[in-house]
Amino acid sequence: MSIKILAFVAGLAVTSAALAQPVQLEINNAWARATPGKAENGAAYVTIQSPTADRLVAASSPVAKKAELHTMSMQGMVMKMRPIAGLDIPPGQPVTLKPGGEHIMLMGLNQPLHDGQSFPLTLDFEKAGPRTVTVTVEKAGSKGPDSAAAHAHH
Amino acid sequence: MPSTASTTRPSGSRRFLLIAAVLAGLVIFGTGAFLVLALRDTPRGAAGTALASAIGGPFQLVDQNGKAVTDADLKGKWLLIYFGYTHCPDACPTALNDISIALSQLGPKRDAVRPVFITVDPERDTPETLKAYVTSFDAPILALTGTAEQVAKAAKGYRVYYAKHPEAGGDYSMDHSSVIYVMDPQGRFTASFTHESAPEQISERLKKLLG
Repeated sequence: MSIKILAFVAGLAVTSAALAQPVQLEINNAWARATPGKAENGAAYVTIQSPTADRLVAASSPVAKKAELHTMSMQGMVMKMRPIAGLDIPPGQPVTLKPGGEHIMLMGLNQPLHDGQSFPLTLDFEKAGPRTVTVTVEKAGSKGPDSAAAHAHH
Repeated sequence: MPSTASTTRPSGSRRFLLIAAVLAGLVIFGTGAFLVLALRDTPRGAAGTALASAIGGPFQLVDQNGKAVTDADLKGKWLLIYFGYTHCPDACPTALNDISIALSQLGPKRDAVRPVFITVDPERDTPETLKAYVTSFDAPILALTGTAEQVAKAAKGYRVYYAKHPEAGGDYSMDHSSVIYVMDPQGRFTASFTHESAPEQISERLKKLLG
């Protein structure tokens, strides 16, 4: 009985450890904001987790002429957006790109991004190489697929 | 003895410099903290009155339908004013979406508040561009542009900083103050929020102001 419980607990521990620690680089929660009107630029966000240290160095997508890694920062009340050369992915620590921080800037969109649409995005990593994920488009101004803002009104 | 005098003098002046530096630091920090706190929300009272008269003022711009709009045309309603630009993929849609959500939480009082988006990028933001942009948000946003001079004047009145930041390939982004201003129906500055303020915070404050 107690051995069964122990085995169960051990199994759980192994499973959760496996869940928390992917064996290879993983990209989850890829989403973008619907672009208002004919806005030429959009932003995509992802969560990256890698068991070993890596670095995101480039991005591309067929929906835009080019994709760049950008960071947004507030200096006092002034918002500044700057391209960054790369983004370090520390081992075992998820890195989440989100509004108000780093994003993948989609520049020169061929078409506006509509709520509910999805598109491929390729991220290039120094070690893991290129990875393509499917990005889901959320409402314009959404703060993420799970945020209250995304579902606040329809 | 003269050697002692020569060693105490520099240390004394150094102490004076240190004290002066600390005092200067305190003054700078204090002024900064005062401005941050005063601009954050509720600038009521003496400081608020001084700031209230310092933010806002006359402007002449053009709306998304090509119609001329002045500050006088906007009196009579509460205004939520945000300066941004349509090529901005992050802070601006966040602010406009938060404003839309906040207004949707006001119920029947929603009509007493008018959201206004003023571009800091008149070069790219024509009335047509603005029209397509703001119709994507739920709230009926009044979008304003103008000549470079007209926009500069409006931004100056609202103490909004903006600057072009060139990027590779001829592109550019705009650095800009990201603040949501609440102006009362007489056009007086009443409160402000950052684009990071939760919509609930904005709507709660508006509910109190609208009475």
